[in-house]
Amino acid sequence: MKTTQPDTASSAKRFTPKEAMEWIMKIIFLVCGFIAIAFVLLITVYLILSGLPAIREVGLVDFLFGTRWASTNDTDPAFGILPFILTSIYGTAGAILIGVPIGFLMAVFLAKVAPPKVASVIRPVVDLLAGIPSVVYGLVGMMVLLPAIREFFDLPAGDSLLAAIIVLAIMILPSIISVSETALQAVPKEYEEASLALGATELETYFRVSAPAAKSGIAAAVVLGVGRAIGEAMAILMVAGNVANMPSLLRSVKFLTTAIASEMSYAAVGSLQRNALYSIGLVLFLFIMCINVILNVFLKRDKEG
Amino acid sequence: MTNAISSDSIPVERAKPQGLSASRRVYNGTMRVLLYFSAAVTCLLLLFLIGYILYRGLPGVNLEFLTTQESILRGTSGILPAIQNTIYVIIATLIIVLPLGVGAAIYLTEYATNHKLVAAIEFATETLAGIPSILYALVGMLVFGQVLGLGRTLLAGSLTLVIMTLPTIIRTTQESLKTVPQSYREGALGLGAGKWHMIRTIVLPSSVDGIVTGCILAIGRIVGESAVLMFTAGMSTSLQNFFSPGGLTDSSGATLTVALYVYAKERADFDMAFSVAVVLLVITLVINLAAKLVGKRLRKK
Repeated sequence: MKTTQPDTASSAKRFTPKEAMEWIMKIIFLVCGFIAIAFVLLITVYLILSGLPAIREVGLVDFLFGTRWASTNDTDPAFGILPFILTSIYGTAGAILIGVPIGFLMAVFLAKVAPPKVASVIRPVVDLLAGIPSVVYGLVGMMVLLPAIREFFDLPAGDSLLAAIIVLAIMILPSIISVSETALQAVPKEYEEASLALGATELETYFRVSAPAAKSGIAAAVVLGVGRAIGEAMAILMVAGNVANMPSLLRSVKFLTTAIASEMSYAAVGSLQRNALYSIGLVLFLFIMCINVILNVFLKRDKEG
Repeated sequence: MTNAISSDSIPVERAKPQGLSASRRVYNGTMRVLLYFSAAVTCLLLLFLIGYILYRGLPGVNLEFLTTQESILRGTSGILPAIQNTIYVIIATLIIVLPLGVGAAIYLTEYATNHKLVAAIEFATETLAGIPSILYALVGMLVFGQVLGLGRTLLAGSLTLVIMTLPTIIRTTQESLKTVPQSYREGALGLGAGKWHMIRTIVLPSSVDGIVTGCILAIGRIVGESAVLMFTAGMSTSLQNFFSPGGLTDSSGATLTVALYVYAKERADFDMAFSVAVVLLVITLVINLAAKLVGKRLRKK
């Protein structure tokens, strides 16, 4: 029913109030349905519109590959975000390297090895860990991890990439555990029974039959972890030190996310510094969109397989 | 695996590695050690985290802490403003996001006939779910703070959180709408009910549990959010006064998570921060239990 032809419609058959109501509700629901698309467009358009001016002013190559970031330097400002990009990549890779093996093994433990009673005690605690706000992780990291790193490596301060990696690894653990456990639970019992009947031990079955059968679910867990780690801001803002160094394990660093979070509160509206922060947001957005597309591919394959 | 065939004893007791070749025994042993090591590390980590937060934070949690605001004059240091702000933000967000999210889910499951459109909407929903909160903070600041002129207020924060929690509400509602048997719909339509009448009287009442689950999950997300609220709702830790000149447009304030950040990072008041962490831990626990309870009721159906 188009709004352009109400005359012919009403002349042929008058709308009763009930029919009018049906029609109005249909339009309302249609609008609600489109709202998610509208929000995505709004975010995309605003990030592009606000992100482009600074990139244009600094130059794309200088912006992406410049190694010096001195946004508040009056005489010689520089806006190169390569340190942030590399820190985000290293930090995420480090968190995945630590978090995925432990999370995967924990998922195998919960799904296959642990007695059901033990598993049913551990599972809610893992869920609790998933729900704890990121600032709480940051706080514990600040109070426990930073002094430990400072003492252990004999540094003046413990704020470092290493601390951020450990906090991120702990934060992505719950989602990796629960997503891989779900994938492992979904492996048909017959596969495992056949493997056991052929003489494989239980552990060989879990790692050589169940895990390969659940591989796209586990891959989805890893990609989800990457997305979490690269997008996290507040927890690592509290432990990474926030100096725009090129990444090194024991140096204070800035991530893409923390670069935005730490300077946004004082950057003046309309200044190049603030516009550059929006540009960092745009770069982060592109990263995340790539990860989402990859995640969707894995999830779809999981549904079909 | 090939050398397993050559070993003449077929392992009847498969858990015991006596009949296995050396390399398989090593593999089994290593994997078992790794498995139990990871499980132990994870469990110890969980225990330590929760134990440490409680150990540092519990001494500071008492009635005064929960029911007063910071005041040098009265000598009190409570987090009532942060608790209130959190509740205000939750209520404001849910009031806006519920109709939108439930409406979108109804459109997707009851009205939509175009598969491409459904796929596009679902893709948009997944995209929204994957965007990190710092980007919501940027866009919320720009759109609601600057363009709409709300500045840093609880309202701007709530509006940003509406976009963030929309995917959660849409997804859970959609799932519960799908569990409503098709025969209910056909019955209602067959008796002459209009589509909206059918949705209002048959479909929505039978999917209330799913919508409640969505609300609980959304509340969890709002309580845990900090980056968005820091940049859109402000960091003030004093009580709201909606009746003051300025009223709603002047109501900047920190929720619990933002207050924790302010105490820890800007005032170095760690005892206070850990006490807030205990409160957040308890809220998270309650939300998880509630979600599980409603989920169980849903599955029984």
